[in-house]
Amino acid sequence: MIGPLLLAVSEGSPQNLSIFDPVSPPAESIHYLSILVLTITGGIFVVVESVLIYSLLRFRHAKVTDASEPPQVYGSKPIEIAWTAAPALIVFVLTLVIARTEWEVRVDPNKPSPDIKDGKPLRVTVVGHQWWWEFNYEKYGDEQLDFVTANELHVPASNRQVPTARRPVFLKLESADVAHSFWVPRLAGKTDLIPGKTNSMWFETERTGLLVGQCAEYCGTQHANMLLRVYVDSPAEFENWLKNQQKDARDSDDAAVRKGKEAFLALSCISCHRVRGTPARGTVGPDLTHLMSRDTLAGGMISNDREGENLRHWIDNPHDIKPGCLMNPFGQSERDRERVDRVVRYLASLE
Amino acid sequence: MAIAEQAREAPPPWTGVLHEWAATVDHKKIGILYILMALVFLVVAGVEALLMRWQLIVPRNTFLSPQVFNQMFTMHGTTMVFFVGMPILIGLGNYVVPLQIGARDMAFPRLNALGFWVSLFGGSLVYFSFLTGSAPDFGWFAYAPLTERTFSRSPAADFWALGLIVSGIGTITAAVNFIATILGMRAPGMTLWKVPFFTWTILWMSVQILLAIPPLTAGLFMVLFDRQLGAHFFDAQTGGSAYLWQHIFWFFGHPEVYILILPAFGMIAEVVPVFSRKVLFGYEFMAAATMAIVFISMGVWAHHMFCVGMSRTLDLYFAAASLLVSIPTGIKMFNWLATMYGGKLWMASPMLFACGFLSLFVLGGLTGIMLAAPPFDWQLSDSYFVVGHFHWVLIGGTLFATFAGLHYWYPKATGRMLSERLARWQFWLLFIGFILTFGPMHIAGMLGMPRRIYTYDADRGWDLWNQLATLGGLIQAPSYLLFVYNIVVSLWKGQPAGDNPWDAWTLEWATTSPPPSYNFEEIPTVHSRRPLWDLRHPDDPDWQYE
Repeated sequence: MIGPLLLAVSEGSPQNLSIFDPVSPPAESIHYLSILVLTITGGIFVVVESVLIYSLLRFRHAKVTDASEPPQVYGSKPIEIAWTAAPALIVFVLTLVIARTEWEVRVDPNKPSPDIKDGKPLRVTVVGHQWWWEFNYEKYGDEQLDFVTANELHVPASNRQVPTARRPVFLKLESADVAHSFWVPRLAGKTDLIPGKTNSMWFETERTGLLVGQCAEYCGTQHANMLLRVYVDSPAEFENWLKNQQKDARDSDDAAVRKGKEAFLALSCISCHRVRGTPARGTVGPDLTHLMSRDTLAGGMISNDREGENLRHWIDNPHDIKPGCLMNPFGQSERDRERVDRVVRYLASLE
Repeated sequence: MAIAEQAREAPPPWTGVLHEWAATVDHKKIGILYILMALVFLVVAGVEALLMRWQLIVPRNTFLSPQVFNQMFTMHGTTMVFFVGMPILIGLGNYVVPLQIGARDMAFPRLNALGFWVSLFGGSLVYFSFLTGSAPDFGWFAYAPLTERTFSRSPAADFWALGLIVSGIGTITAAVNFIATILGMRAPGMTLWKVPFFTWTILWMSVQILLAIPPLTAGLFMVLFDRQLGAHFFDAQTGGSAYLWQHIFWFFGHPEVYILILPAFGMIAEVVPVFSRKVLFGYEFMAAATMAIVFISMGVWAHHMFCVGMSRTLDLYFAAASLLVSIPTGIKMFNWLATMYGGKLWMASPMLFACGFLSLFVLGGLTGIMLAAPPFDWQLSDSYFVVGHFHWVLIGGTLFATFAGLHYWYPKATGRMLSERLARWQFWLLFIGFILTFGPMHIAGMLGMPRRIYTYDADRGWDLWNQLATLGGLIQAPSYLLFVYNIVVSLWKGQPAGDNPWDAWTLEWATTSPPPSYNFEEIPTVHSRRPLWDLRHPDDPDWQYE
């Protein structure tokens, strides 16, 4: 009853994060359970409020003028037992339904159900950082993957009707610093990323396109801008994307880009960032090997335009865009301006 | 002679009044001090809330920096739980319990004074952090390792932990005192099954404080050890466990919710019968339900942690245990309604707030059932739905009940009636503003809005719900000021109350308003749960039926 209403509301907005519009089995199971729970609790709500409102209308007296008191009723065992037993029954039924959904959604990632064994599961380790996401691609079907990207998770679309076309996604969740939580409401419920603990979750979706979410466990200053984008590509598109991501960074013949690369490698950028195929091997910040294949910068806050305008602004002074973030700004001297220009030239070449 | 009399009647100088209040060991004065402390902190926390609501009124607002916003929600939560919720309930208990059981004071009057001053000092310590440059900014449940030195370099975290340890000591002394008073100082004839219901809930609140606060204190010491002595309890990188803190905190945190709601239940169980002119329906079941809530709620804490990846079996245990709490809570709800049913409802201000409680608390309980179902919780947890839920319980529940209690006992404490007209304005502003603030939060949460974000993008479709919430906040705000105005002005302008303005039945209404420092000239003997009913209806006394 609330579900369709919220659906109607969310349809108008360009980005839909409604839990009532699921596109993956875990979110669908939860949706089903939520409608059931909403119906039961809605029923109880209506009954209790009706009794209250009826009593207020029926038994209200302007003021106690005469001394006569209404009949005193001290209680009733049968009635008390009845309204203890009835909720107990509801609790019992709810617990059974919860158990079923729990076992449906929480599957052991190491023992996936046999009906997906003909498909190609994608396995990614997600590492939460203050305030961005690291995605380590580990395995696609039987193919070992070994590359890292950030903030934008690409996954293949599945076809649940065809056993060989199934593409479930299994995420291993870890944290590099504080607790975070992975939440894309239309795919699945949230699961926390806790330092010192490894969690897992899964989803499988047939709908291509962009799904958004964000970190759902308070993780410090920029928790609000730890945004999450999941791109569901058609399997062919996804495999193309994989091919590109697996390559090392491209070396350019352009003199300006080469100069930029020199500047980049000479600066402290490389102590945090990695560009595969170069001496830049930092792991504190996002991997930049294919930076320009991403749509956004700054953990999903700003678009990554082809002209490099936003990139320039971001490198020049990240705190302007994301106050409190852990990336250092450049200085304001003439020499610093030049360096920023060079570095941007180089980074903009990392397709 | 005339001169001597004049000297005696002249009001003491203000320093004298100050000294009298600062040095008092009278449970009534200490109760009032607790309540005043809570009201001051309520206004402070309310301002913090309004600042947050103003920041969220439009997407990408720049009214507050992220650092300040994060400090605001941390301080708002900490303040409301530790320096508003508990003190105001302990204050009401302090004032009312000895009067209700026919005692002259609390069992340990000096410990009582210590408890208050220590609580106030604890609150001041936490707020002192502002002067060191930054207030704590890790949320009121302070998830490790955000509290470690690596992530919180300013001394704010130390002040926060110290302040809560200190005020926790105050809370524990209050609990010990309540238990000793209620177990040992009841009037002759008042067996434990005959204590007024509010006293009964204060007893169990105290038991729960003793079970819940010491684990928190231990956890806070561990935080301080980590920060000051280089321990590694919660630092995963050196072999500690961030996850451990969550268990320690919620082992305190969930019972804390019941600490805050049990006395509210107690006040509703006092006000509803008196203003329905009927005896409380099913006292024994209500009393047993209170105990059941205390025991069951000690074993449900990890329902705050369904997203941390516990085993499915643990999830299911905590779900089932949490759902069990709804049974005794339901019993209470149904018994209040049964008490009203067939009564003669007198809608004076205490009853108005009690009915506000009854109508709102149901929904808070029901959204609690949704959150107790782990799969549903994976979507709702840490979203604005949760923010809506616990405000519905703590404001719709605890605060409305507290206002019912404050309007009910104000005439007893001051000898004056509050203005009913102002009380009605306060009620409707609060009721409408409350629904408008916290209702839309449920919807924003189901549309994917996480809590504790200082800003959001325009394309997420959350603007409208946030604007409604902010509007609701602006409607609520004056209601609190009206209340403060009402309790101050009514001290002079209120109608004289007399001993028993509500024609109520418990012992506090047998003495004068305000009561003398010794409460009762002669300790009364009671035969039933409603001694004043027995006096008034000697032909049909209660003890025949109990």
